[in-house]
Amino acid sequence: MRPAWSVLLFTTLAGAGQGLFLALFAAQAQGELLQLGLAIAFALLAAGLVASFFHLGHPERAWRAAAMWRTSWLSREVIVLPAFMALVAAYAWTGVPWVGALGIALCFLLYVCTGMIYACLPFLQEWRTPLTLVNFTLLGFASGATLAAALAAALQPALARGYVFVALAAGAAAYLGRLASLWRNARLRPKSTLASATGIPQKPIVQISQGAMGGSFNTREFFHGRPREVVRAARWALLALVFPVPALLLLGGGEAVPALGAAFALQFAGLLAERWYFFAEAKHPQNLYYQAIA
Amino acid sequence: MTTKQLALVIDLNVCVGCHACVTSCKSWNDGGAAGPLADQNPYGADPSGAFFNRVQTFEAGEFPATETVHFPKSCLHCEDPPCVPVCPTGASYKRAEDGIVLVDYDKCIGCKYCAWACPYGARELDEARQEMTKCTLCVDRIYDAKLPEAERKPACVMACPTSARIFGDVHDPQSEASIAIRERGGYALMPEWETRPANHYLPRRK
Repeated sequence: MRPAWSVLLFTTLAGAGQGLFLALFAAQAQGELLQLGLAIAFALLAAGLVASFFHLGHPERAWRAAAMWRTSWLSREVIVLPAFMALVAAYAWTGVPWVGALGIALCFLLYVCTGMIYACLPFLQEWRTPLTLVNFTLLGFASGATLAAALAAALQPALARGYVFVALAAGAAAYLGRLASLWRNARLRPKSTLASATGIPQKPIVQISQGAMGGSFNTREFFHGRPREVVRAARWALLALVFPVPALLLLGGGEAVPALGAAFALQFAGLLAERWYFFAEAKHPQNLYYQAIA
Repeated sequence: MTTKQLALVIDLNVCVGCHACVTSCKSWNDGGAAGPLADQNPYGADPSGAFFNRVQTFEAGEFPATETVHFPKSCLHCEDPPCVPVCPTGASYKRAEDGIVLVDYDKCIGCKYCAWACPYGARELDEARQEMTKCTLCVDRIYDAKLPEAERKPACVMACPTSARIFGDVHDPQSEASIAIRERGGYALMPEWETRPANHYLPRRK
């Protein structure tokens, strides 16, 4: 699949915002840390929402996307995201615990919605696994916890140590989950073949022509279109930056703001590479029909 | 299975790969109720555009016993279409009365999720309109009372010089389409995803 920057930014920004909210609420952060943290969480979610609009051909019709929540995970996400943002704002405003608790519920629901958008498609075999949900949740939480550690180091140093520990634990769990999905996806066998796609019984089957000399939506939307080196670089970036490099900074940074800030920035870059690779490695069966130009 | 399910049955024995169905489809749907259907750079070095129907060519078998198979491909109007439930706005829908899968263009937000959810790559985004488009089975032809009854068929079916495309109700066991599927081994594409395509293909007879 072609990685779209709008979706990469939406899922990583919102994931970090959700993770930050979880980290703040779980540690019962107070005062300036809570207020600034909630503001940043809200800003991350809002930035993600803005990014997601760039994915749409008709953003002015986006309000219609709340209609089909009975069947569509995308529609559910469209409802849960603003509801969650409203609760983050309400919690910042009022500080009422049950508002925060409700926010936690919607926070998890939003991770589920985002993950299910990908995991519910049966023939995108790389995505069709509970690991997709686990990874969206844990990776988002880990990045939010790292950001919480950086904020705590600046505003409430007594909490920094705890957040560093949480960020390390969440990062390690997220990394294990992502390694598990990489391992799983490397062993997938595509269920669809040219034989099942065309029903032609003779073997071998080779496509001579896809029916058009030029490109089409089908040749653009479902291929990442980058050389193998780029895919490999994204994989290395994700393997290094999602956890090992931020972990070194979290462990050896002495709970100092620059080290923890750098840990978050690098981890976020790693998550962008991770999300890019998530799309690039997913092989859509329609590509069977688009293998030869002539 | 009482309600109607309109569909195409494509005979791979007689398709000669002339692309008349492709051009007639494009022509009708660029100007009909579903249009326009835009192209980008159509006369330039790197042309592109949205089509509801494409004819692809495959070579099958071991030389010298190879066969060239021309393979028309369009929306299969699945009985269980995976593109419909994922649509967040309800723009993508399957008509209860005749089983045609359609897009209500005015509701489409251009999120492309339905195209991701179609294993066949049957949907194409119109890059100029930024709306998802697809085969309508010429819904604006087949019920048009102003046309002579013999012409109330999809444009591709009308254009095919070898009658490789049979149009009909596959839920009516007496229709030409159902008889062709039954008697000539009509099959569906990618049965592994259980989308139950309404369109069928007739395999080559030796």
